[in-house]
Amino acid sequence: MQIYLPIADLPVNVFVILAMGLAVGFISGMFGIGGGFLMTPLLIFLGISPAVAVASVTGHIAASSMSGAISYWRRRAIDLALAFMLLAGGIIGTACGVWLFTFLRAIGQLDITIGVSYVLLLGVVGALMVTESVRAIIRTRQGKPVELRRPGSHTWIHGLPFKLRFKRSRIYVSAIPVWGIGFIIGFVGAVMGIGGGFLLVPMLIYVLRVPTATVIGTSMVLTLVTMASATVMHAATNHLVDALLALFLMVGGVIGAQFGARAGQKMSGERLRLLLGLLVLAVGIRFALDLVLPPDTLYSIRPQDTDV
Amino acid sequence: MKRRAHKGRCAPLALLAASGVLAASTVPAAGERLVASLSNHRVMVTSNFTGDELVLFGGIEQDAASRPRRGGYDIVVTVTGPRQTTVTFRKARVLGIWVNADARVFEDAPAYLAVLSNRPLAAITNAETLRRLQLGLDNIALPQRASVNIADAASDDPFRLAFIKIKSDHGLYREASNGVTFLTPALFRASIPLPAEVPVGTYEVDVRLFADGAQIARAPAPFEVYKSGFEQVVTAAARDHGVLYGLATAMMAVATGWFASVVFRRD
Repeated sequence: MQIYLPIADLPVNVFVILAMGLAVGFISGMFGIGGGFLMTPLLIFLGISPAVAVASVTGHIAASSMSGAISYWRRRAIDLALAFMLLAGGIIGTACGVWLFTFLRAIGQLDITIGVSYVLLLGVVGALMVTESVRAIIRTRQGKPVELRRPGSHTWIHGLPFKLRFKRSRIYVSAIPVWGIGFIIGFVGAVMGIGGGFLLVPMLIYVLRVPTATVIGTSMVLTLVTMASATVMHAATNHLVDALLALFLMVGGVIGAQFGARAGQKMSGERLRLLLGLLVLAVGIRFALDLVLPPDTLYSIRPQDTDV
Repeated sequence: MKRRAHKGRCAPLALLAASGVLAASTVPAAGERLVASLSNHRVMVTSNFTGDELVLFGGIEQDAASRPRRGGYDIVVTVTGPRQTTVTFRKARVLGIWVNADARVFEDAPAYLAVLSNRPLAAITNAETLRRLQLGLDNIALPQRASVNIADAASDDPFRLAFIKIKSDHGLYREASNGVTFLTPALFRASIPLPAEVPVGTYEVDVRLFADGAQIARAPAPFEVYKSGFEQVVTAAARDHGVLYGLATAMMAVATGWFASVVFRRD
C-alpha cells in the first residue's frame, strides 16, 4: 500500500516502513539503544532526504525508548537518579555539539566529519565490545566465576571527589565521570545525529561499572528525553519532521521493542554485548566501505537548503 | 472554437468565457493561431498520490492570411516546474577515502522539465534557433555558480550533464521526440507524465508551433501541483507552527510507546 508522505514529499510503501520500524524496534528493545544509527541509513536508502530522515527518526526513537522504558520501569530496572545526572551533562554536550555542527557546516566539512566519525566510533566501540564479551564468554566456559564486579580494580575514576551513591544501581561514584559521559553522549548525538545509546551502554558498564540489570533501562530513559527534545528542536528550527513517517516507524518500533526487551532479558549479558558489538562493528565496516570503495557514480545532487 | 481578435493577457479569459475551457492563444503576423488546453489545471497531491499524467490538447487555426505550409507543422512543448537551487557534488579520492571534493550550485534550476515534440528537435529547426529559444535539455539555461561568478556552462560541462542525468533517472527531466502526436494535420495531443516525486508549485507549459523551421505561434497553458486535505494540513502545521507541531509529534511518540506497553503487558 503506497502512501504519500507530506514532508518527505514522496510515496512509500506502508508495510516496508512498518517492517523497518519493527526490526529496528526489536534491536533497540533488546540492547537498550535508540537504533538511529540503523534507521537513518535505511530511510536514506528508500530515497528520503537525509535531513528529513534524521529529523523524523528522532520521534521513532523516542517512542521505542518510551515503550522499552516502561517495561524496564515495571521490572524496577531503571536508575532515575543516574539518568538525571547523565542528562545534566547531556544538555551542555548537546549545546556544544550543535555549535560544532553549525561550524563544520559553515566551512563545508560536515559530511566528511560525520562519515569518518561514524567509522571510527562504530569501529572502535564495536571491536572493544566484541573482544571483551568473547573473553567473558570464554571465561565462563572455562568454569571461572563471572566477574561482574571487580572490587579490587578501582581506577583513578573512583578516586575523584563529589561522590554520589546511586542506590538502584548499587554504585558509589564521583559525579564528574557521570556528567562527563552525559556530555560526550549529548555532544556526539548532536554532531552525528544519533541517540548515542550504543555508546552510552558500554560506557556505563565499563567506566561506571553500572550492573547490566539497570544499564539498559537507564539508557532508555536518557534516550527518551534527549530524542523527544530533539524532535521538538528539529520541528521548530528545520520544519523537517515528517509526522506521518514518524508515526509508521513508531507503530512498528514500539511493537518490535516489546519483543526485543523480552528477548534481551532471556539472554546473558555477555552474549547480548557480543551481539551488539558485532552489529555495531558491521555498521561501522559498512560505512568504511562507503568511504573507501570507488562509488558507482561520482556525482550526487541535493536541493540547497538555507537552514540547518 | 470562436475566433476572436483578442491579443495578449485577456485572451485566455475571453476564450474561457466563450468556450468553457481554459485556453490560450496569441495571434502572430503569420496568421496561424495556436490554441492549447490541459486535461486538468490543478493536480492534487493526496495521501494516495503516486504520480499523474496530464494530457494537453491543441489545435492550429488558419485564417485568410495563412499560407499553405509545405513542410507541415511541428510542435514543441516545454513544461517547466518550480525553480529550485540545487547543488551537484563530485566525489574525489582524498587520502584514500571518497569525499565530495567539488560542487556546483545550479541557481534556480527547474525542479521538473519536460521537452516534448512530434519529431526530433534537430529535424524541426536549426541548432541556432534551438539554442536561442532554449529548446531541449541540451539548450536549456542552467546557470551555475562555482564560487562567486554565475555563468551558464557549455552543454558538455560534466556537472551539467551529471545533473541532467540524475534528474532524468528520477523521471523529473525528460526529452521525448515522440511526446506530441498529431491527430489531424491541425490537431495535436501530448501527454505530460508527472512522477510521484514532482514538487508542488506552478508549472509553466509553453507550446510552440513551428513551420518550415521557424517559430510562428506560441501558447501558454500553466497548471498547478498542490497538496490538499491531510497532506496540506500537515505541511502547513509543520511550516507555520513548528514548535507546536514538534510537541505534538513528541507527545504522539510518548503516547504510542505507552500504549504499546499497555497492550503488550503480560506481567
